[in-house]
Amino acid sequence: MSAASDFVRTFFLTELLRGLKLTGRNLFKRKVTIQYPEERAPQSPRFRGRHALRRYPNGEERCIACKLCEAVCPALAITIESEPREDGQRRTTRYDIDLFKCIYCGFCEESCPVDSIVETRVFEYHMEDREERVVTKQQLLVFGDEYEKQLAADRAMDAPYR
Amino acid sequence: MTDKAEASNPDHVTIQVDGVEMQAPKGAMIIEVTDRNGVHVPRFCYHRKLSIAANCRMCLVDVEKAPKPLPACATPVADGMKISTRSERALKAQKGVMEFLLINHPLDCPICDQGGECELQDLALGYGRGVSRFTERKRVVKDENLGPLIATEMTRCIHCTRCVRFLDEVAGERELGGMGRGEHTEISTLVGLGVHSEMSGNVIDLCPVGALTSRPYRFTARAWEMLSHPGVSPHDCVGSNLQLHHLRGRIKRVVPRDNEAINECWLADRDRFSYEGAYSEDRLERPRIKRDGQWQDCSWEDALEAAAGALMQVVEQHGGEQLGALVSPSATVEEQYLAGRLMRALGSRNVDARLRTGDVSDQVLRPAYPALGLPLADIDTLDAALLVGSNPRAEQPIVNHRLRKAALGGAAIHYLNPRRHDFNYPVAEQLVAAPSTLVSRLAAVAAVLLEERAGEAPAGFRELLAGETPDDQARAVAGALREAGHAAVMLGPLTEAHPQGAALRALAGLVADLSGASVGYLSEGANTAGAWLAGAVPHRQAGGKAESSPGLDAVAMLAEPRKGYLLLGVEPELDCWDSATAMASLQQAQTVVALTAYVTPALEACANVLLPMGAFGETSGTFVNAEGTWQSFPGVTSPLGEARPAWKVLRVLGNVLQLGGFEYQSSEAVLAELHALLPEDAGETRMAWQAPAAGQDSGGLERVGLLPLYGTDPLVRRAGSLQQTRQARDRSVRISPATAERLQLAGADAVEVIQGDQHVRMPLVVDEGMADDAVWVPAGIRETAALGPAFGPVELKGV
Repeated sequence: MSAASDFVRTFFLTELLRGLKLTGRNLFKRKVTIQYPEERAPQSPRFRGRHALRRYPNGEERCIACKLCEAVCPALAITIESEPREDGQRRTTRYDIDLFKCIYCGFCEESCPVDSIVETRVFEYHMEDREERVVTKQQLLVFGDEYEKQLAADRAMDAPYR
Repeated sequence: MTDKAEASNPDHVTIQVDGVEMQAPKGAMIIEVTDRNGVHVPRFCYHRKLSIAANCRMCLVDVEKAPKPLPACATPVADGMKISTRSERALKAQKGVMEFLLINHPLDCPICDQGGECELQDLALGYGRGVSRFTERKRVVKDENLGPLIATEMTRCIHCTRCVRFLDEVAGERELGGMGRGEHTEISTLVGLGVHSEMSGNVIDLCPVGALTSRPYRFTARAWEMLSHPGVSPHDCVGSNLQLHHLRGRIKRVVPRDNEAINECWLADRDRFSYEGAYSEDRLERPRIKRDGQWQDCSWEDALEAAAGALMQVVEQHGGEQLGALVSPSATVEEQYLAGRLMRALGSRNVDARLRTGDVSDQVLRPAYPALGLPLADIDTLDAALLVGSNPRAEQPIVNHRLRKAALGGAAIHYLNPRRHDFNYPVAEQLVAAPSTLVSRLAAVAAVLLEERAGEAPAGFRELLAGETPDDQARAVAGALREAGHAAVMLGPLTEAHPQGAALRALAGLVADLSGASVGYLSEGANTAGAWLAGAVPHRQAGGKAESSPGLDAVAMLAEPRKGYLLLGVEPELDCWDSATAMASLQQAQTVVALTAYVTPALEACANVLLPMGAFGETSGTFVNAEGTWQSFPGVTSPLGEARPAWKVLRVLGNVLQLGGFEYQSSEAVLAELHALLPEDAGETRMAWQAPAAGQDSGGLERVGLLPLYGTDPLVRRAGSLQQTRQARDRSVRISPATAERLQLAGADAVEVIQGDQHVRMPLVVDEGMADDAVWVPAGIRETAALGPAFGPVELKGV
């Protein structure tokens, strides 16, 4: 490129105009930016957010302490202890998920034979203390109760593909 | 053997499996040959140690020229046989069988304890269909109660009958059977009696599915998440090889480790389920000191300073001979060696692991350690045996299993006991005699042999015979021992605890010499042999070198109270020969330092310092079993709380006492030091005859105080599930019908047992098998902890 053409381009501000052309074009295009948190992007029923433990409609917890989720977890985030409950059934006495370790891969949910451990659509949460990163069985069950309607609907929607 | 030599062996045939030529012994089944050559044939009912049932049909293979696939487990090889294990026809047959097996098998793998180690699960992956064609209802089978050790889920059963065959053929009691036919087949206890074999736990390993699982382990872990480390059983002188499965620092279960020379692939229930005792409520997790009569937790520094100070004080004030150490016969050799070294460094030779030895008068003469005199595996091939004061079924179940194999092979097994025990094989003769007449009964056997040899009776023999004339039983025993090509005389724990043990040992040696049998000991605890070699006996230094003058043995150091005691893994009120005297002596002592895994009221009453030591699985160490095999094992889990392996505690105690040479870095270093001291000819079991003192007939009732099957050591006594078994719940006093008649106790169901000033109330059973005047009062249980000597006069009073 010769020095003359460089000079002409600089003198007539062609770069600026070209830039403005792009701005002008986008000024009239449909907007994609979302004003989070007032606005939300749509979520898939397969969204993998914070975990929950589900119950059967009769209130019985689903988890049977088979420990497949613990075995499949690539981040070793799940810790389970189990023993026979008073009625002789196999149940967990401890079900902890370390949310710092979890990578939200969804393997636990996929491995669960009774749809007990699930990942909800909840992705906005925080903790004020490092200790709180470990969610216990009780917390997971409460969380599951809270979102049961949504969880059941999501699983029903996904059922034909499973 | 080279291929060529093998081919020319007339006992071998050549077969072809999947196109590969294999040599096979004539008469072998196809599956044995394929297993040996690493060709896998799927199977459920076949087990190399059990008879062939051929009822699962999973091992169908294609044999050339056979019209149908044949079961590999029940088809003997023939020369030139061409077998295909993976041909289309074989696979089709195997897949067909699998489909039938899965028809009624529930799909509950996620809650099944067998999940992850299930033979059906594994094979279903390879031979099962993706989707079942069976849409009808699956059958449901009611569970049966098989006792506190085995959990059942009979719906899962695939009727391989391994459990039935095991109990029948190996455990020797037909406690399970198959009822009904076809789809209605159910495995059940024969008349609802339950399963009570002392080896019953093996059916858990044998069951290829989750129908029989371990009850204590139930639902607590998964097969894939546990770590597995080797161990050795701490309960009997067999030293069964174990594999400890543990998760997050807790032992979850124990399974056998194959060792054909010792326990084959079996495990006694005591070895399998005792781990529960390691997590009992009364584990001591922190060192404790008694200050002004109050027990206080303290730091290790304070506890060790206090222990060392108290021991030093006794030595300075009263001299080293006023110290005594009682060491558990189930402690590791490292612990026993260090305890012995520590005591000798403090100027005391009073250290003993023979807590229940009633007669030490021949200890100097005895061989380096109480060895069995033959390899354990050779028991299988004995032609005759005489067991004196022994009930291996309760004491060493694996020895009993091997004796059973010998007996079924035609061996004449004889017993001389104060009680006719219930054995699971034909016993040739059971000589039954009250404790004080055991000596003369054994002498009678020797007398028969002497007569035949026209040999000179050794000095003192006539006194032992005490006028007894050999009866038919004695002649039968003597004859069998002499005729047999391979015979053994074995002395059980009773002879050790017997007040005339020396006479019994001398006579057993004489019988063995005269009949050409081997002689040996089935000692108490896991490591009595180790204790002799490690110097945890008062008359021998480490390595078996004799002390110039022996110290006091366990019974003597309690009968002649010392000022200070060191206890290592001992529950004095249960483990000692004379509980009442033991507790009295310990309570009067100025200082008692106890290394213990458990804190008990008795220890709290007598000790000044409690040092927590590691329990089963928490200590590395070595056991020497009866045949003299040294078996080392690692510490598998870290000790609970602040407890430490006992060898480390003793090492640091040595440091605090400023004794030289206690700078070991590992238990291996301790072992290496001991190994360097060992003599070469340690396996000798014979000893020279020395006329033992003849005892006098007490004329009254005599106690027989032996450790029950599930009361042998502190660990077993705390194993919750074992304590619920029928054997553990039987804590009754037993007397013969004639004795009951004489004492007017025939109808009584309870009795007052009186020994000296001590008396306890116990349930009474009139037992046809008891010798007259002998009173069976078990030791090692809380109920009888208040009583006196294990053997000696006793009185009974109706209540």
